[in-house]
Amino acid sequence: MLLIDCPCCGERPEDEFGFGGDATVRHPNEAGAGDPPGIEAFADYLYLRDNPKGWHSEFWVHRYGCRRWLVVERHTVTHEVRSVGLAASGGEG
Amino acid sequence: MTGVKGARRVPGAGLLNRAPAAGFSFDGRRYSGVAGESLAAALVANGEHVVARSFKYHRPRGIVGIGNEDPAGLVTLARPTGDEPNLRATMVELYDGLAAHGQNAWPSVRFDATAVTGFLSPLFPAGFYYKTFMGPAGAWPFYERVIRRIAGLGEVPVQADSEIYASTHAHADLLVAGGGVAGLQAALVAARAGARVVLADENPWFGLGALADPATIDGRPAWEWAQAAVEELAELDTVTLLSRTTVAGRYEHGFAVLCQKLRDAPPAAGDPTPRFRLWKLRVNRTIVATGALDRPQVFTNNDRPGVMTVAAAVGYLDRYGVLVGSRIAMAVRDDAAHAAAARLARAGAEVTVLDSRDTGSGMASDAGATVEWRSRVVDVAGRSGIRSVRVDGPRGERWLTADALAVRDGWSPTLHLYAQTGGKAVWDDARTMFVPGTAEVGAVTVGACNGTFGLREGLAEATAAAAALCTDLGLAAATGAPAVEGDIGMSVGDGQGVASRGRKHCFVDVQNDVTLADLDLAVREGYRSIEHVKRYTTLGMGTDQGKLGNINGVRAIAEARGEAVSAIGTTRFRPPTVPLPMGVVAAHLSPDQHHPMRRTAVHQMHEDAGCVWLNAGAWLRPQFYRRGTETDLEAVNREVMAVRENVGLVDVSTLGKIEIAGPDVATLLNRVYTNGWSTLKVGMGRYGIMLREDGMVFDDGVTTRIAEQHYVMSTTSGGAGAVYEWLTSLLETRWRDLRVALVPVTEEWFAVAIAGPKARDVLARVAEGFDISNQAFPFMGARTGRVAAIPARVNRISFSGELSYEINVPADRATELWSALLEAGAPEAMAPYGVESMGVLRLEKGHFVIGREAEGRTNPYDIGLGRMVSSKKWFIGKEALEFPEMKNPRRRQIVGVVPVDKRERLPRSAHLVIPERPDEVGGSQGWVASMAWSPVFDHDIALALVEGGHGRIGERLAAYSPMDGKRVAVDLVAPHFYDPDGGRQIG
Amino acid sequence: MRYSILSLARQALAGHAGWPEAWRKPAPKPRYDVVIIGGGGHGLASAYYLAKLHGIRNVAVLERGWIGGGNTGRNTTIVRSNYFLKDNAFFYEHALKLWEGLSRDLNFNVMFSQRGNIILSHDFGGAEGAKMRYNALRLNGIDGEYLSREEVRRRVPDLDFSPTARFPVFGAVNQVRSGVARHDAVAWGYARAADALGVDIIENCEVTGFDIVGGEVRGVRTTRGDIAAGKVGIAVAGHSGQVAAMAGLRLPIETHLLQAMVSEPVKPFIDTVVISPGLHVYVSQTDKGEVLMGGALDGYNSYSQRGTWPTIEDVVSASVSLFPRLRGLRLMRTWGGVMDMTMDGSPIISKTPIRHLYIDGGWCYGGFKATPGSGWVFAHTIANDAPHRLNEGYTLERFRSGRTLTERGLGNVPHHH
Repeated sequence: MLLIDCPCCGERPEDEFGFGGDATVRHPNEAGAGDPPGIEAFADYLYLRDNPKGWHSEFWVHRYGCRRWLVVERHTVTHEVRSVGLAASGGEG
Repeated sequence: MTGVKGARRVPGAGLLNRAPAAGFSFDGRRYSGVAGESLAAALVANGEHVVARSFKYHRPRGIVGIGNEDPAGLVTLARPTGDEPNLRATMVELYDGLAAHGQNAWPSVRFDATAVTGFLSPLFPAGFYYKTFMGPAGAWPFYERVIRRIAGLGEVPVQADSEIYASTHAHADLLVAGGGVAGLQAALVAARAGARVVLADENPWFGLGALADPATIDGRPAWEWAQAAVEELAELDTVTLLSRTTVAGRYEHGFAVLCQKLRDAPPAAGDPTPRFRLWKLRVNRTIVATGALDRPQVFTNNDRPGVMTVAAAVGYLDRYGVLVGSRIAMAVRDDAAHAAAARLARAGAEVTVLDSRDTGSGMASDAGATVEWRSRVVDVAGRSGIRSVRVDGPRGERWLTADALAVRDGWSPTLHLYAQTGGKAVWDDARTMFVPGTAEVGAVTVGACNGTFGLREGLAEATAAAAALCTDLGLAAATGAPAVEGDIGMSVGDGQGVASRGRKHCFVDVQNDVTLADLDLAVREGYRSIEHVKRYTTLGMGTDQGKLGNINGVRAIAEARGEAVSAIGTTRFRPPTVPLPMGVVAAHLSPDQHHPMRRTAVHQMHEDAGCVWLNAGAWLRPQFYRRGTETDLEAVNREVMAVRENVGLVDVSTLGKIEIAGPDVATLLNRVYTNGWSTLKVGMGRYGIMLREDGMVFDDGVTTRIAEQHYVMSTTSGGAGAVYEWLTSLLETRWRDLRVALVPVTEEWFAVAIAGPKARDVLARVAEGFDISNQAFPFMGARTGRVAAIPARVNRISFSGELSYEINVPADRATELWSALLEAGAPEAMAPYGVESMGVLRLEKGHFVIGREAEGRTNPYDIGLGRMVSSKKWFIGKEALEFPEMKNPRRRQIVGVVPVDKRERLPRSAHLVIPERPDEVGGSQGWVASMAWSPVFDHDIALALVEGGHGRIGERLAAYSPMDGKRVAVDLVAPHFYDPDGGRQIG
Repeated sequence: MRYSILSLARQALAGHAGWPEAWRKPAPKPRYDVVIIGGGGHGLASAYYLAKLHGIRNVAVLERGWIGGGNTGRNTTIVRSNYFLKDNAFFYEHALKLWEGLSRDLNFNVMFSQRGNIILSHDFGGAEGAKMRYNALRLNGIDGEYLSREEVRRRVPDLDFSPTARFPVFGAVNQVRSGVARHDAVAWGYARAADALGVDIIENCEVTGFDIVGGEVRGVRTTRGDIAAGKVGIAVAGHSGQVAAMAGLRLPIETHLLQAMVSEPVKPFIDTVVISPGLHVYVSQTDKGEVLMGGALDGYNSYSQRGTWPTIEDVVSASVSLFPRLRGLRLMRTWGGVMDMTMDGSPIISKTPIRHLYIDGGWCYGGFKATPGSGWVFAHTIANDAPHRLNEGYTLERFRSGRTLTERGLGNVPHHH
């Protein structure tokens, strides 16, 4: 059972959190700032994932605590966690 | 004392010689035992050799071990709180009145008629069921029923277990798993340095390994040293001593699950002491000191009752004062066994040691035991107890009379806890054992489980490990290890191979009846990897999890494959290390706690008003309110017509509410909704639909602007949490530059709607602080003021299609508001209506509902809301609406459905089919998403999702439910039945 | 040697010394017409059908460990075809029909037992929804029936029918023809049958790279040497992403952990599979007598095959509340598998952008029950360089066209499927 060191709340067990998936995917045209992406680029954003067997930068939300979004670097085989940061501070992998 | 046969008690021996007697029964036969001794000891002492039957061949099984490693001594305990099957007799502590019986045998374990399978055993080698039972068709189910009846061990108790189970959480600096000498020393070092320590051992006593050890530690007999250590630890507040506690599993980040047993006896009246308590422990560091188990020898008929490990044979004497036999043979190849033999001989048994080595210790012969070197046991005679053993020695073979046989081929370090967190064991060929290989961060193995068998070396290792962990924790530990004298040390002879001759009745797994012949067969047939062999033969898959048998199995496979053991490896070690009572695993959360029902603030008032309850997701909501002897339909029709013609009152407080504030709220709303928000004025609300990024509708609701930079968003009841998380994720992970704050407030407010042509009249009597005329408060307006003297936000939102006001007050004023509104509406006889009536009202209007018409596969165009999709701005899901499939004319689209013959009722759960070909495979054109009887139209109406529905209005199909065998002709119509122009809600 | 009661008896008299290897252990040849990567049920079944139905026998199945050692050996053995969307319904029904003759086809008892699949409804709304999905099933030519509360009680008397049950039994739907099979036997049975037709099964052979020239696959590089191939099929379940990456492909798959667990063996108690949507748990009983329980994913990407404790608590609590008599039993073993969860919850059996490279993956929870069907259509797809009608919808392209197949209407969050 993972222990996640929430920057707001301290070390809390995984069942207080919700998993938010890969933190490295980027919308090809976030908030419509530029030109609309082709449908292929958008589809790749929506559906393709690296799915690494190793270190993974991912989102978690402290659902039963402060409800903040976190960026966590976790190894998908050993489950070792090497960093936890607030997503809002730009703490991304 | 020659001439005395069988096991007996030695007066004054054991740890319980002052305990009271306890009467018990086994299979109806009454015996006397000692309170607190294991049931296994009591059975052995009373000459009950056959305790169980094996899984496949139903061969008689006796007691082999002394703890959780015992493979097959499983019994059912009859208890007033519910029978408990599959209990290990070695782990049940005797209490007065204990009643146990054998299992998986008929009529009894002593005389099992189903053991006839033993004689037919050649027909049932490993994996026989894969090679037959294939025909004729339908044969397997028949044979399967027979096999299922024969398989299984105990019976499932008839009465649901009513025992008391508990669960608790704890934190500590250090977990020491295993309370033998090494574990005790590690705990002492850490505790003296100030660490918070949890020390767990599965036995009732700590330090049991020291009982038979003749050495001294710091000048005291080893056992005395151990007990003194326990006393010192017990005095400290920072130490939690858990005896009778197994560490069931170790997980990442220092999480461990322990199962503590507090009693075996049934609960005394009024005593809340649980039977088992689950400890969920989070620690900084772990020391694994789980010791090592005797590894049995493998030879013909080595499964006979009376064959046990050396540790068990001497353990029953030292712990319980029970001498397991009067003429004990021992098949061994190490010196410590000679020390054990000496103890058995001095207790009065006639002991013969058969040691396969050339020479060794003289301790046994000094004590009067007979010692034969270069000798081995190769067979056992006696079906339900040993009569004699066949010895193969320097002068040939002979039968030796014996009534008990203690065996040890060597030791197997107990590696389960070490390996659960990913540690890899390696094979030590010189000592024929697996030992820990890779190291782990934050945990260390010490003592016998680490392959360190000498007492001095083990204590030194435990001291060093604990001291190092204390340094990690910032504590200063004393690093001096205790002094040891008279250590026997360990010397194990060369491996004799797994068996000498004959393979058929040489048992490796005594519970599942897996023999060397089975392992040979598996390898011969090409099932060569350890996992294939395990699955093909069921080696180690019993309730003992192969603790005594798996290493012999690995060695046998290596021999059969002609390869080194290191090439074979081990199977994976998985939690739990010892089977865990399901009751204790489930102790933490009852289903009600796990899936709590949510109630609104006026729950009792609904109940008092005679509502029928509905489970709506996690909420309990009134479905409708029954008056007198109304049928369900009559009640709903009455409520619907009350709203259409008069006024009704409904509790809508389950809808999600989120306060949103900041300079950039409109930007946020523009991005998450499909329609535009920049023109929304203060004091007005707007309806919006939210798309997922793949373009499908997932939530909807009205958002009101109550101040320049302050909005209140509404979501569906089920979506409240998800939408809040969706918005925070967007703001925190993607749009960090937006200046927006969110507060979820669903539970802070109580919300009702009063709906119907008379709604304004009712509101007039209770509203203060805002003008409620149509001009001042138009449709979709949002006002703040007071209602019934309670601060309120009032929104003119209509779900029913009638004039309607949603009134929000702080939740602690809920009952006050509800009562006040009912009173205010008395002249109109305003009555509450429920969720079902709300459903009819919205259906008559053709409003879609998330979860029914918008069921996760529909985009805004599919549900007829293309006009809400802005072409002027970017929003979540915009790109996805360009997918080619989104333009497919055969997409499922919303249509209305009415029966052709208006008197016919539509079938429930129906699909739409072509009337001429209703049963054509793949012929479904879509399905009915919602349906209801409309009291306004006096017939059933429905909304459906039909392929290409928008272009098929006017088509005649059939609504068909094959499950109910009902089919009705229907017409597809526009999905707005009542007041399509919306005039009634605007006025 | 043919398996039968006669050969069993004959061998019994000979001390079982004469049984041949169930499958050979050949060294890999330098070239094959088709190389299948992955020796689980799907890979082995594909090789079998290539040989049996398409006459393509110069085939190798490369398995980096021991065959059936992945999800094939870890699943909860349920076989059913009660899917809602037409693509899934027709595909899984084809698989179910193959299951019905599989033991005789392979001459290996896979112990396929059609004992039903009872999905409980806990209230009227749930029953309505279940009936609507089963009407879809019936209209797709597949069997399904509704059981009233009383009928459920007759069928599964040990469920909690007390008035205080948190998730009461309102009714249930049942697919009578669904059931369970012995998972290891499926891998071994297909391996033996494929081997008998000349397929080489190469264990302890890990693919480390592809040989791709001009957008076409020419072979694979492995820990046991380079192997040239006319066509290559990938069937590696949870490791699809790793293998595809070697070919420069990214997939719409996330690998998640699904646990299952068993009690100690007890006498027969449950003779069907019971599923509670409210409690998110399913319970059955193996032929050895172990009560088999499973639930939802652990919830985060993982290749560890070790599960998290909260899931075990959830599944056991849920099982005990469904079947109160379970409370007195003991949990004996827990384990986990690596699930290849797709972005829409439906599988991928498809050509890839690389010529002659094909992929079978993304099975989510549906892999074991699909085994004969997936092998059958994958073999067809490889042999014909085009999908069969049954796997036409399972292409990688669907993630570009938007024609995703989501049984429960959920979006691109894999661990929700």
